[in-house]
Amino acid sequence: MRRATTCSKIAPWGLALLGSVLLMGPAPALAKTDITFWHAMQGVLAERVGEIASKFNASQGDYEVKVVYKGDYPTTLTAAIAAYRAKQPPHVVQVFEVGTQTMLSSGAVYPVYQLVKDNGVTIDWNDLIGPVKSYYSSGGNLYSMAFNSSTPILYYNKDLFKKAGLPDRAPTTWAEVESDAKKVVASGAKCGFSTAWPSWVLIENMHGWHDQPFADHANGFDGLATTLKINGPFGVKMLELLARGSKEGWYTYNGRGPKAEANMSAGECGVFISSSAYIAGLTRAAEGKFGWSTGSLPHMDGFPQGNSIIGGATLWVMKGAKPEEYKGVAQFFKYLASTENQAWWAGVTGYLPISNAAVKALETSGHYQKNPNQLTAVKQMNSGKTTPNSQGIRLGNFVSIRDAIEEQLENVFAGKKTPKQGLDDAVAKSNDILKEFAALYK
Amino acid sequence: MKRAVFRNRWLPYALVAPQVAITLVFFFWPALDSLRLSLYRSSPFGDRLIYVGLANFEKLFADPAYLRSGVTTFVFSFCVTFVGMAIALLLATLANAKIRGLGIYRTLLLWPYGIAPAIAGIIWLFIFHPSYGILPYLLSFVTTYQFNWFLKGWVAMVLITAAAIWKQFGYNLAFYLAGLQGVPESVLEAASVDGAGPVRRFFSMTFPLLSPVTFFLLTLNMTFAFFETFGLVHSVTQGGPGDATAILVYKAWKDGFEGLQIGLSAAQSVVLMAVVIALTAFQFRYAERKVVY
Repeated sequence: MRRATTCSKIAPWGLALLGSVLLMGPAPALAKTDITFWHAMQGVLAERVGEIASKFNASQGDYEVKVVYKGDYPTTLTAAIAAYRAKQPPHVVQVFEVGTQTMLSSGAVYPVYQLVKDNGVTIDWNDLIGPVKSYYSSGGNLYSMAFNSSTPILYYNKDLFKKAGLPDRAPTTWAEVESDAKKVVASGAKCGFSTAWPSWVLIENMHGWHDQPFADHANGFDGLATTLKINGPFGVKMLELLARGSKEGWYTYNGRGPKAEANMSAGECGVFISSSAYIAGLTRAAEGKFGWSTGSLPHMDGFPQGNSIIGGATLWVMKGAKPEEYKGVAQFFKYLASTENQAWWAGVTGYLPISNAAVKALETSGHYQKNPNQLTAVKQMNSGKTTPNSQGIRLGNFVSIRDAIEEQLENVFAGKKTPKQGLDDAVAKSNDILKEFAALYK
Repeated sequence: MKRAVFRNRWLPYALVAPQVAITLVFFFWPALDSLRLSLYRSSPFGDRLIYVGLANFEKLFADPAYLRSGVTTFVFSFCVTFVGMAIALLLATLANAKIRGLGIYRTLLLWPYGIAPAIAGIIWLFIFHPSYGILPYLLSFVTTYQFNWFLKGWVAMVLITAAAIWKQFGYNLAFYLAGLQGVPESVLEAASVDGAGPVRRFFSMTFPLLSPVTFFLLTLNMTFAFFETFGLVHSVTQGGPGDATAILVYKAWKDGFEGLQIGLSAAQSVVLMAVVIALTAFQFRYAERKVVY
């Protein structure tokens, strides 16, 4: 009885909705060709995306890029998939790096290198910085348009360092992170050391940074990966250090995703690791409250030097649109790829400049003298060695694998499992996920 | 039951048609599609569809994480339903007393129901947050124990249970208040004359008379805890820490929409559907017999 009443309350709304859909009818024909661009940027970053699209729209008269915010990264990807299955995909969709293999295997994308070639546009792909190019290329060809790339860097709170009697410099090794964090906690701070994006920073990047394999088949670049390698000696040693830190109180786990950034922004943490794109947020949060600076990722003694891995997202072109619309997409990408726009984008967001020309432009304009912290990530990537272990990670269903890893990290930090046990369990679960993915595309 | 009489034969059908259409489109269609997809291994973009029979279900029931999620869900639903209803009944009994400013109390008590689960989650997140929450701050004066629910599963569980109870509280209260007002005073007075104290009166007279309301709320709260708490979990704990708060509906969503394992997710929704059908059937069949209408 009661259920019927609730439904009858909904019914008129349903009808009204149906009515309004019918009333809208087809949109009037426009002189300009519309290009739909779905993105996942929030706050200041969303404003910047809107800015670059409207600048492109103003720069020519044939195409109109319509920017639509679709929610966070997973939501945007899911929305694009649903739209593709309903045969109404957007022209361009921003997909985060962990979705790369899913997109490559999908058969639903129009590779960017081909799009550009088919439409007679030239973009100098060779000028892209190495890690970005390798991450998003397959067989030497770029499949998606590099857009926002970042890499983790180390941040430290100068005020807390001073209070703890520490010198004003970033720790460069894990041994230093430990001793600095201990001193910061001893001087009364709440959190000695913490990181955002636990799996990306502590597992994925630490493996790349120390030239250790994350998965087989060169992290999935030489074929579909089937086995994770993170429960080797390095992974266990890394996690043992952090588990001990959590127990001793100098390392604080502050949640998944960017959650821990709230603690750093509040001035609670001495040492912190997060994406280089956090520079913009921290600048705003710390203004007038505390001083901070950045440094390269810390190194663990006894292991070789690799490189840090990029994160962020790229723009994918979906199949199913008209040729003249693709022409517009190619023009838009050409506009995005220009040195001027690349330098502008990196300068206002804190993302990495993704072409060598843009790096140079930012150097010569004196941007890095004014914003030295933005140079940290660039210097870090240039100082590292890009090897098969650090060119990136390409896994099917990577989102679920990250979840599986973070679940186990939480169990380890809570003292419920030993580091080895936690990593073994994460590997077992991930291998199962990879097997499921491989079964689809065999 | 009074039989309504329509002169036109088709009018009654026309009147229920929109309702039927909505039920078909929004309930039966998706349900049947889940049933179909649960038998396949499907690629995210739908270009590959491999028939696997019951493999998704086999995989599900062989997965200890899924069974853990089932236990978590039952503990959670049980707490939300029983603790929530008990508190609502207690406060409804108090709010039913003739006191000054009753209208204001009642209005205030009903408020939480007007808040979406996701927003309720955020409010509780602010209260519980290990670094800026008011509760951990106050507790820090009493104990040195760290209530960090990013790491401690039981704290996270208490947090979402409390938030769910709070969120559903106004609804339960409204029904109990209405139920209490339907209890005839003469019956209670007669009991008083016979020498029954307030507690005896409550358990022997009021509570049995409220049983239809209790029964209705039981079904509704169970369904609420099973399904509608998704927004809460999604906005506060994301199923963590570990998988301490990964209730079934959240896991089904996560495996399907984040993990893009559509077949596996469909199998989970089929299981959920079966559980809810069974629960509802069970309640109507057995619990209703004890109900005094």
